[in-house]
Amino acid sequence: MQLSLGPVLYNWAPERWRDFYFRIADEAPVDVVSVGEVVCSKRAPFFAEHLPDVIERLQQAGKQVLLGSLILVSLRRERRQIEELCASDNGLVEVNDLTCLRSIRGRPHAIGPYVNIYNETSAAFHVQQGATRICLPPELPLSSAAVIAAAVPQAVVEMFAFGRVPLAIAGRCYHARLHKLSKDNCRFVCEKDPDGLALKTLDQQDFLTINGVQSLSHACTNLIGDIAALREAGIGSLRLSPQDCDMVAVARTFRDVLDGRGSAEEASGRLAELYPGVAFANGFLRGQPGFSFAHA
Amino acid sequence: MELICPAGTPAALRSAIEAGADAVYCGFNDETNARNFPGLNFSRDELRKGIAFAHDRGARILVAINTFPRASATALWQRAVDDAVEAGADALIVADIGLMDYVARRHPNQRLHVSVQAAAANPDVIAFYVETFRARRVVLPRVLSVVEIAEIIRETTCETEVFVFGGLCVMAEGRCSLSSYATGKSPNMQGVCSPASHVAYEETAQGTTSRLGGFTINRFAPQEAAGYPTLCKGRFSTALGDGYIFEDPVSLDATTLLRGLQSAGVAALKIEGRQRGRAYIESVVRHFRRALDTLEDGSEADIVSLKPFTEGQASTLGAYRKTWR
Amino acid sequence: MSHSSVASRPLPTIPPLLTLAIRPLPLLPLQLVLGGFLQRILRRNPGLLDRLGEHRYARFGIKPVDLPFAFIVEAAPPRLLVVRELPQGLDARVSTSLANLLALVEGRVDGDALMFSRQLGIEGNMEAVLALRNAIDDAGLDLPGELASLFGPLGEPARRSFELARDRLTGPPEEER
Repeated sequence: MQLSLGPVLYNWAPERWRDFYFRIADEAPVDVVSVGEVVCSKRAPFFAEHLPDVIERLQQAGKQVLLGSLILVSLRRERRQIEELCASDNGLVEVNDLTCLRSIRGRPHAIGPYVNIYNETSAAFHVQQGATRICLPPELPLSSAAVIAAAVPQAVVEMFAFGRVPLAIAGRCYHARLHKLSKDNCRFVCEKDPDGLALKTLDQQDFLTINGVQSLSHACTNLIGDIAALREAGIGSLRLSPQDCDMVAVARTFRDVLDGRGSAEEASGRLAELYPGVAFANGFLRGQPGFSFAHA
Repeated sequence: MELICPAGTPAALRSAIEAGADAVYCGFNDETNARNFPGLNFSRDELRKGIAFAHDRGARILVAINTFPRASATALWQRAVDDAVEAGADALIVADIGLMDYVARRHPNQRLHVSVQAAAANPDVIAFYVETFRARRVVLPRVLSVVEIAEIIRETTCETEVFVFGGLCVMAEGRCSLSSYATGKSPNMQGVCSPASHVAYEETAQGTTSRLGGFTINRFAPQEAAGYPTLCKGRFSTALGDGYIFEDPVSLDATTLLRGLQSAGVAALKIEGRQRGRAYIESVVRHFRRALDTLEDGSEADIVSLKPFTEGQASTLGAYRKTWR
Repeated sequence: MSHSSVASRPLPTIPPLLTLAIRPLPLLPLQLVLGGFLQRILRRNPGLLDRLGEHRYARFGIKPVDLPFAFIVEAAPPRLLVVRELPQGLDARVSTSLANLLALVEGRVDGDALMFSRQLGIEGNMEAVLALRNAIDDAGLDLPGELASLFGPLGEPARRSFELARDRLTGPPEEER
């Protein structure tokens, strides 16, 4: 089974962002790395100057590079970005919005977790259009994933296996709203929260994480105890989503379990040390509330 | 501009048409549509009768089959499509790409509308739906401003339908798993957002607390106006302060923007609320019928307030005027 | 259409003095009349049970906040109890003024709108409440008509007195504008 690293979803300082990927290239046992700003088109220019270096370093290290597209595309400038992305030959485009399809269909591409593929007929449609990899929506239960994986054996089917899970995307920026700023004049306040901004209930229960226009879970997805079931379901790749923690160590922990070194239980304990203070969740996999966590 | 109105029951369908709807949208009483609520929606027989009632009065029926079919159960959704076509539906409102493909192949002459749940937010993706599935109309997501809508219309051949009243998705439609994170039930899969089965109200001296899947969503003082127990319109707590972090409990009311939407070239105006009662349907439909008629003949609108029907007893122009941009 | 919406304004409540005056009245006669009424409505509107689905077996507590008693209603088998206080263990409770209750039953107000303006309180199994609301809204119940049919030859006088009483409480149906 492959390990893939999803794009950094938070607004990290550009140098930190670059150095993160350099270290991933040099040290992380992942097969596939998805790069690019997918959350907010306003952030993209900051990373643009480092992107070629990052891609080159990853490819030299033998990683397959995916170029993530923006999740919500509405502005003219965003549509132009999509067009340029789909025309580039730096790597496989990871489609996060169907806007890409018009220009990319017929050519090989990947489908990211933001595209609604809930069943085998949609998966087959996308494979027909040229999809070779499909990262399924995080809320999809394993029973559905298994049916999909069986229906499109020619594609690598991936599931979201580590990290706070993306739950929603909006036109409006909640970081800006909280800081009483307009979206156009946001002063990039989201950079203050490299692991997102915690949102609790009025009773101070941990609940969600705000990341600009994106809302994620508070809990961190952890499927390390479900690897046997994922394998059996025909899942070909596990996605690790970068959090503000040692992602190289997270990748190694997953790799160890995939390669049969050590138990899932120990590995889960290790993940809890690497990303402390955040509850784990895997409920979506069982068709349960996403925040819930059950040991396999 | 056409007036497209919701109906969750046959009685509501009749009310909507009598109040001046050009078309009514509705769904089957199962998980194939995004308002899969207890006691709501249409049996096959009720749909056939509803279509006959509408056609007798020159109105049309659009059938929403706009959830994403469950893997290995796609036949259930395909049967919904077949039955709606058979019953004489004037259009199908579909979100799933596999199901659109099915409609385009199996029923090539059936009018296909792209559901708001597909969140088609720009001309390129709309063109994709038109070219691939011969979609005739797209229901635009509620993240666009009137200016952006006008731009889209300039660049597309597809008819556009926009929401003018009712519940407002704060997040991009069809791309939100907040409800399933808290409850295990999602709009995309089960056709429910913040399902009644997981909602609890608790009355205390401080007022009413609403909970969803065990998470506190809001707390209302005794006389304070309330909204649906949806996550995106709840009160929460952050290091920067407490309150309505995503959106206040408000409903969309675009009555004052009708002229702008008309000049933008919008083909149809949609009222949200298949889960609402006949009283809502009657009042809201009549309000917009009158507003549209006065728009056509240039007379002054004598329009009653729809405030009592709105969440939080307040309305917003939503993304149509992006004050937050 | 029988009536148009009355939801554009809040409905009045029964004056406290009147509430006080009816407090000592015995409940059994009321229970017998209303129980018969419920049976008749369910018989004449079979669609109600269909829409209630599994929730037809639920026990609903209905509390008119301006009356000194409350109702426990079950649809299958049809049963209506009049009680001073609602007991524990009901599936769902609905509380609102009598005027709102009548308007809801006749589909003249929107339940969600009443909830938003805090004129309607609901607790318990929300699915059951929704199913009940949707079933009733679709049935398009004509309370005066149902009442008239219950009273046989005295139907017309019964209808007229009910309408008079209701309209005094809720105001007459609005004119078609």
